[in-house]
Amino acid sequence: MALVSKRLLQRRADRSGPKDYEHLLQVDDVHLSFKGVKAIDGVSFHVDDGELFAIIGPNGAGKTSLFNSINQVYKPQEGDIIWKGDSVMGLKPNKTAELGIARTFQNIALYPHMTVTENMLTGRHVRMESGWLAGSIWLGKAKKEEIENRGIVEDIIDFLEIEQWRKYPVGLLPYGIQKRVELGRALAMDPELLMLDEPVAGMNLEETEDMARFILDVRDELEIAIILVEHDMRLVMDIADRVLVMDFGKQIAVGTPAEVQQNPNVIKAYLGEEVETV
Amino acid sequence: MRGRPLLYTSYESDQAIFNTMAKKVFAGLGLLVLVLLPFNVVPGLGFLAAGDWLRLLSTVAIFVIGGLGLNILLGLAGQVSLGHAFFMGVGAYVAAVLGGDPEGVRLGFGLPLWIWLPAAGIVAALIGIAFGPAAVRVRGLYLAFVTLGLVFVGDYVFRNWISVTGGAEVGRTFPPLQFRLWKEEEPLIDFTSDGAWLGIELISEAKTFYFVLAAALLFMLLAKNLQRTRIGRAFQSIRDRDIAAEIMGVDEFRNKLRAFGISSFYAGVSGALLASFVGTVIPSRWDLFLSIQFIAIVLIGGAGTVAGVVLGTSFVILLPRVVQDATLWMQDVVKEGDSLLATLLDLVVATDSTDFGLVNTLPGIGPGLSVFQLNQVIYGLLIIGFLIFEPLGLYGIWIKIRNYWKGWPFTY
Repeated sequence: MALVSKRLLQRRADRSGPKDYEHLLQVDDVHLSFKGVKAIDGVSFHVDDGELFAIIGPNGAGKTSLFNSINQVYKPQEGDIIWKGDSVMGLKPNKTAELGIARTFQNIALYPHMTVTENMLTGRHVRMESGWLAGSIWLGKAKKEEIENRGIVEDIIDFLEIEQWRKYPVGLLPYGIQKRVELGRALAMDPELLMLDEPVAGMNLEETEDMARFILDVRDELEIAIILVEHDMRLVMDIADRVLVMDFGKQIAVGTPAEVQQNPNVIKAYLGEEVETV
Repeated sequence: MRGRPLLYTSYESDQAIFNTMAKKVFAGLGLLVLVLLPFNVVPGLGFLAAGDWLRLLSTVAIFVIGGLGLNILLGLAGQVSLGHAFFMGVGAYVAAVLGGDPEGVRLGFGLPLWIWLPAAGIVAALIGIAFGPAAVRVRGLYLAFVTLGLVFVGDYVFRNWISVTGGAEVGRTFPPLQFRLWKEEEPLIDFTSDGAWLGIELISEAKTFYFVLAAALLFMLLAKNLQRTRIGRAFQSIRDRDIAAEIMGVDEFRNKLRAFGISSFYAGVSGALLASFVGTVIPSRWDLFLSIQFIAIVLIGGAGTVAGVVLGTSFVILLPRVVQDATLWMQDVVKEGDSLLATLLDLVVATDSTDFGLVNTLPGIGPGLSVFQLNQVIYGLLIIGFLIFEPLGLYGIWIKIRNYWKGWPFTY
């Protein structure tokens, strides 16, 4: 475990120079609408290095749209998204991956016909260089790079304790393992920010606890900042450093778990208006 | 590691193409059999040493190259293309112009094989990339239609650009498979005439077979390597989940374009080899049926695997010959006598122009289907059948058999 984090931190340090930004990610008054539907209506927040930031809100509040905006799959009409001091607005989605923003999906989006190892190696895509010609020839540079990156992927397989599945096509694996593989694929990108979209949806208590442990390890050992979208309130309130609450595309509260729990707007959104009893 | 065949001690040996002893042994044996084929020494396969069978096997090798190309596009990147025949035609005519006889009726510069063969692939690839932006914006059925258009555009151009193609129904000759350093009179290595190599007498068909076999093996290696490295995985990720692949850092547009280019390169080389191998080709050779044959090769063989392409090509190319031989044999049985078998087979084959039967080998238009038509029907049925029952194709069937015997006598 110590080894995997040491290596990952080393690779990341080699890639990016010294820190010269205020916030790792800053979302500044973002508005996104589809025709007449306002999906995101003026959301602003920031995430710092090594922080575990949670976004909660009822279904349709715009949480996943926010992820897609950060990845530039959706292009917000207004506002700015700033990564390490530079705007990502207008970039292609694959460029955001190169910057160091990794992501898992609400409905698992692994490549079902590829094996666990291949899926994770695809995560390494942005950190590898061999082109199609070098790859076709194999000998030399491409081979060296493949074997080196296989080693990196094996570190992550080890970290997530999925050794016995590594050669299975992921389409055949149980749901909980697939979720873990997806986390692994994201980690393989050597990210600085990891966006987890409902990582424990549909899991039982034991699987949820396992996943919570991995999430904390990712933050503490691999020093990766995390944005977590999750409906499991116990999990969120237990592990998040700060929480953003959204409802109908609007930001209704942001603060520590204890603060947002007391916020009247949040209570209203989740439980409805308090009614005077006669 | 004796006794523990699946124990790997390095990632290198784990990621090798032939990573088990069984694979190594079978690959080695297979290669040995192929090399020894023309000498009529392999028991049971002696008939393959005959010239016509060697030509058929050479056709298989050439089609394997084209099939690998379509497999990269369809099997790995998941993009349906009906335009494969067009790119083969482009390759063929590039070869014809560059390598063709300078004193011939049609345009030709008489350049050697080592120029016209790679050039055929490169020009086809460039046209594929130029066409790509129109194709990568659409997917599925729409992409099939866009690429279908290519075949008809190509057909029109090939028919009418007479100085290059010879025109419809006439065609032109293509440069022979001869290796020259430059434009000298005597080729350095001639794959098209009988003679001795290193003191071993070989017929011309055997020499051609060796050449195209070597080419096919080279392209198989390249395709396999592509598949197991970075870009090959990027293609597969686009096939499986395109939006997720983009978010994970794979540039969808560029990689689809790349897949089109690489696929067209293989097609161009395959087309040039095919035309050169056949000698004289009319423009309608590069028609929709050829494209469909390649779709059949990939789908019947097993999309996304190199071994599947080889299986599929062997099947698709050898099937007509097998059907023809079977039909001839059945006709002989019917003509010969009045056994029960003859009576049954009489229902299947037509022996003369008044006889009823599903298939015939009569010259001209007879009753029933010709062998060619029957083959088309069989391709169609097989494509449908494999898509429904065995999406992994012949390769999938092989995997099932292998896994069954791995666990035998237990069920799992």
